Amino acid sequence: MSRPLLQASGLCMRFGGLLAVNGVGLTVHEKQVVSMIGPNGAGKTTVFNCLTGFYKPSSGTILLDGEPIQGLAGHEIARKGVVRTFQNVRLFKEMTAVENLLVAQHRHLNTNFLSGLFKTPAYRKSEREAMEYAEHWLEAVDLKEFANRPAGTLAYGQQRRLEIARCMMTRPRILMLDEPAAGLNPKETEDLKALIGVLRNEHNATVLLIEHDMKLVMSISDHIVVINQGTPLADGTPEQIRDNPEVIKAYLGEA
Amino acid sequence: MTRNLKSALFSAVLVLAVAYPILGLKLDIVGINLVVVGASTTTVLVIFAAAFLMFLRVLFNEQISAMWRSRPQKPLMSDKTSNFLTLPSTQRWFLGALVIAALVWPFFGSRGAVDIATLILIYVMLGLGLNIVVGLAGLLDLGYVGFYAVGAYTYALLQHYFGFGFWICLPLAGLASATFGFLLGFPVLRLRGDYLAIVTLGFGEIIRLFLRNLTDITGGPNGISNIEKPTLFGLSFERKAAEGMQTFHEYFGLPYNSINKVIFLYLIALLLALLALFVINRLLRMPIGRAWEALREDEIACRALGLNPTIIKLSAFTLGAAFAGFAGSFFAARQGLITPESFTFLESAIILAIVVLGGMGSQLGVILAAVVMILLPELLREFSEYRMLGFGALMVLMMIWRPQGFLPMQRPVMKLKGER
Repeated sequence: MSRPLLQASGLCMRFGGLLAVNGVGLTVHEKQVVSMIGPNGAGKTTVFNCLTGFYKPSSGTILLDGEPIQGLAGHEIARKGVVRTFQNVRLFKEMTAVENLLVAQHRHLNTNFLSGLFKTPAYRKSEREAMEYAEHWLEAVDLKEFANRPAGTLAYGQQRRLEIARCMMTRPRILMLDEPAAGLNPKETEDLKALIGVLRNEHNATVLLIEHDMKLVMSISDHIVVINQGTPLADGTPEQIRDNPEVIKAYLGEA
Repeated sequence: MTRNLKSALFSAVLVLAVAYPILGLKLDIVGINLVVVGASTTTVLVIFAAAFLMFLRVLFNEQISAMWRSRPQKPLMSDKTSNFLTLPSTQRWFLGALVIAALVWPFFGSRGAVDIATLILIYVMLGLGLNIVVGLAGLLDLGYVGFYAVGAYTYALLQHYFGFGFWICLPLAGLASATFGFLLGFPVLRLRGDYLAIVTLGFGEIIRLFLRNLTDITGGPNGISNIEKPTLFGLSFERKAAEGMQTFHEYFGLPYNSINKVIFLYLIALLLALLALFVINRLLRMPIGRAWEALREDEIACRALGLNPTIIKLSAFTLGAAFAGFAGSFFAARQGLITPESFTFLESAIILAIVVLGGMGSQLGVILAAVVMILLPELLREFSEYRMLGFGALMVLMMIWRPQGFLPMQRPVMKLKGER
């Protein structure tokens, strides 16, 4: 097992009198797929928002490769390589698919004002490389023929895949997917599963996942964290979670 | 039917009640007394005819709307024409032709026409600048005229107090406006939509009122006059040059003609507008241009991808303001006199109307809309009382028939390497 890449401990998030997340901890190792599950309203997305800097956690620590990142602004955390998708897809709808991917590479492009104005060779080279990288990923998510279609006009499953590709454009160290299979049909879910497999095996991606589709979660996760009503309930391999009576109770109610 | 009849009668009476006191009665002065006189019989007849038409319209409301619906729906122009007109390649050709025409015609045009064309070019510049902020970054800025004022006053003040020439002041004015754009961008970073519009509206007015009340320096409501016109490498276009200067017509041994000055100003405006066009065109395709559009589409997604929304917003405000500064300093040079009243909210509204009419984010659209918005009022001078009514009607009609603007922006098509 490699070293932990993302390590959160004692994470709390308080909204006024409501303690939405209470003492949640999780560890993601490099090249692992870790899933976070729990009933609706358990606080999974809140944990995501804390990890990615959209909320400032009330207490707790988050270490990215040993460096504390809690309390940083969202774009700063993203620049450190923690990049997420959203539960309801957030693409730049009016822009084309390929433009979506180019925007995400902003940090890796030549953004010098004058070199862009005069199209210097360095600028052209950086734009060309960005195009090639975007093309590569469009192919990986099977959207190449839709490159110049506005992202908002793509089918839902395609939008989901484009959002994942867009995250990969930022060269993330850890990819966080918030319910990527929500609203997908069984075939699309299968494709998604294959895509996550490709991400891990071919691109050495580390993935943290929120998902309700148990079949998907059980088949691709190395490790699962269960949250119920903001508190950690269980933590272990898929087999351990499957047989855990507490988890079954939280999901199915008491017999 | 009785209900229809009732509401029809009510509508007709309402028309009479509103129209008669406003249009049917007139105040007249007889000696020293004010008396009310009835309007001419034709006016009264027209009012009654209008009331009767209203009566019929409401009475047969259902039949009329059914007729309207059954008529085949035909958009203003077919999708194909619309697509062709907004294609980038079409627009490039069109733009090229436009530029050549713009370069040649002033030498044959009349003085008045060239003057109006100069004014149009100023608005083209303003429209292109505001397009960055509103069309691309999606930040509704109703105080854009404030930056225009800053640019104009920068040149006027530097010229008035320090005797700086136009060409030195042009970049300085852009810089000053950009600084203001940057500073005013800070407080509105967190605002969006309506709130942003209201705050920027306030900023525009504050700048104007500030200039108006700073009487010691800006001359208050009287403004600053005798602002020098631009020179051509030190050659003045006046009849008599100031001391130590030479005039254009003396240098080239031509007879003095005041139209030379007008054409020269026009050409400067054209140069500035083309420069703005070029720079903004490049910006659009640059990472920063894409980031502006991404910000307009979804700020949260921008943040999640590591784009700093603060920098993107501020850069949009700053660059947009800089173009207003260039336009402002040229405006001051052309007018020779500026007062705070040149920079009222109405100007902001006209510039915004140009952007919206032209089609958000579209360059050629903005140029076209600037021509329409400035030329129409000039052509229809007799009807100037109805100018605002006309603008309003134009806006409403546009929103119904072509809400995306004359020539909306089309997404650039990126060539993929592996494509045939």
